[in-house]
Amino acid sequence: MTAVAPVPLLTLDDISLSFKGVKAVTSISFAVATGEICALIGPNGAGKSSLLNVINGVYQAQSGSITYAGQTRHHMRPHQAAEGGIARTFQNIALFKGMSVLDNVLTGRNLKRRSTWIEQMLRIGRAGAEDDEQREHAERVIEFLRIHPWRHALVGKLSYGLQKRVELARALAAEPRLLLLDEPMAGMNAQEKLEMSQFIRDINRELGTTVVLIEHDIGVVMGLSDHVVVLDYGRKIGDGTPEQVRNNPEVIAAYLGTRRSQPARSQ
Amino acid sequence: MEFFFEVLIGGLLAGVMYSLVAIGFVLIYKASGVFNFAQGAMVLFAALTFVSLLERGLPFWGAFLVTLTSMVVLALLIERAVLRPLVNRPPIILFMATLGLSYMIEGLAQALWGAQVHGLELGIPDEPLEIHGMLISQFDLFAAGTAALLVIVLSFLFNRTRIGLSLRAVADDPLASLAVGIRLPRIWAVVWAAAGFVGLVAGLLWGARLGVQFSLSLVVLKALPVLIIGGFSSIGGAIVGGLIIGAAEKIAEIYLGPIIGSGIENWVPYVLALVFLLVRPAGLFGERAIERV
Repeated sequence: MTAVAPVPLLTLDDISLSFKGVKAVTSISFAVATGEICALIGPNGAGKSSLLNVINGVYQAQSGSITYAGQTRHHMRPHQAAEGGIARTFQNIALFKGMSVLDNVLTGRNLKRRSTWIEQMLRIGRAGAEDDEQREHAERVIEFLRIHPWRHALVGKLSYGLQKRVELARALAAEPRLLLLDEPMAGMNAQEKLEMSQFIRDINRELGTTVVLIEHDIGVVMGLSDHVVVLDYGRKIGDGTPEQVRNNPEVIAAYLGTRRSQPARSQ
Repeated sequence: MEFFFEVLIGGLLAGVMYSLVAIGFVLIYKASGVFNFAQGAMVLFAALTFVSLLERGLPFWGAFLVTLTSMVVLALLIERAVLRPLVNRPPIILFMATLGLSYMIEGLAQALWGAQVHGLELGIPDEPLEIHGMLISQFDLFAAGTAALLVIVLSFLFNRTRIGLSLRAVADDPLASLAVGIRLPRIWAVVWAAAGFVGLVAGLLWGARLGVQFSLSLVVLKALPVLIIGGFSSIGGAIVGGLIIGAAEKIAEIYLGPIIGSGIENWVPYVLALVFLLVRPAGLFGERAIERV
C-alpha cells in the first residue's frame, strides 16, 4: 500500500444535504489523506453519490464545510472544483457520445490551455505549441489506459467497459490531484474489474493521485483501498482501514453481513 | 443555355441569403441541441435597432456597433433569465422557451422603435452587372461575399479554439461539461452573442432587400428547409443547403411555373425538405444519431 501522508487533502466537516426535506446525507465528517485511495461504501441510497456531488460542487450542502487543499468553503462550485484539480467519473457514464475518444480526452485538458481564443483562432503566439502539447498529453493518457486502438472511434459506439475507461481517461487528462470515481466497475465482468482495479492502483502509485471511489464489490474495495468510509441511510457508520471496517460490528450488521442476501443491482 | 445559367446563378446567390439566416440557427443548435425559434425575432430586432439609430443620425459604423452591443446584451439576458434556469431540461422545453422569447423580442423591438416599415439603404448599388451576357445582381454578390467572410471567421473560431470543442461538449452533455471545468453560462453567452451578430448581418442584408418590417422575422420559415437539407449542426451544411434551396426554387419557378402555376417557389423548398427527411433525415452534413442497441 502507498505510504499515507498525514496531511488531509480533503476534509468534509458536518455535511448535511437534503432534497425538498428528504435527507440524503446527515452530518457526515471524514478526511481523505493526500495520496490515499479512499472508498465510500454502503447500500444503495446511502448517500454515496450525493457526497461525491457535494465534493465537486454539483450539489450544494445545506450545512457543513469542505476543506480542500487547505481552503475551507461552505460549498464548492463545479468550476472551482475543476480548477482546483478535482476530476471525476459518473455512475451512469457522462461522456460526449458524439465525439471521438481523443476529443473526449481533450475536453479533459480544457483548463490546461493558457492561450487566448484570439491566439488560438489565428494560430499565433502560444497557441500552436500548446495544441501539440494538449494532443501529446491526451495521447499519453490514452496509451496509459490502453484505449489507443479506439482513439478515433466515436465513443457512443464503444462497449460499456471501454466507455468507463474513456471516462477515466478524460478525468485523468486534467492531471487531477483528486480523482472521484463513482462506481468505476459497475456492470463489469471479473476480468474487466481486475483491469480497472489495476489502472486505479497505477494512477494512484505512479501519478500520486488521491482517489475517492464508490464501489459495491467488497472484495475489490478491501483489496484496493487504504481507507474505507461506510455510509448507511445518509449517516456514517464506519471509518478506518479495511481491516478496522471489516471488524466493526455496526458495519457488519448494516452492510457486510447482509451482502449475500442483497439483490443483484441492475445496471 | 445562357438564360438557364442566369437563373441558376441568381438562385444560388439568393440562396446565400437563406444561408445567412440558417447559420444563426446552427450556432445555437450546436451548443445546446435546441432549435432557436427566436432567431427570426433576433434578425428583426437587430435590423430595426440599426435602422432606427441610422434615422436618428448615427453614422453607419456607430449604429452597427451600438446594435452589436445591444445584441450581446440581449444574449447575456437570455442566458441569465431563460437558459440557466432551464439547464438539463428536455429540448422540447427549451424550444417552447425560444418560441416565447421570439414573441417577447418582437414585441420589445416594436415597443422600442415602432411598427412602421423603414427603408434601409446600405449604399450598395443595385443595378445588375453584366458578365458574359448574364445579368447578375451586385447586391446579391455583395451578400454572398459577406456570407463567405462570416463563414470563414466562424469556422476559425469553432475549429481552432477550445470554444469549438467546449461547444460540442456542452451540446452533448451539460453535466459532464461542468465536471471538466467548462463554464456553461460563458459558452452559452458566447454562442448567443455570435448568433446575435449573425442575426445582425442577416437583418441588414434582408432589411435592405425587403425593407425593415415585422415580416422580417418570418425569414425563419425560409431557413427551415435549408437546415433540414444541410443538417442542423453544420455551418457548411447551412451554406450548401441554402444554395440548393435558392437554385431549386428559382429553376422550378422559371421552368415548372408555367406548367403548374406560378408562385411555386414558395413551396418547392418544403417539398425538397420533405424528400430529404424521408431519404436522409440528418441532412447532408448533420451528425447522425448514434445508437447502440
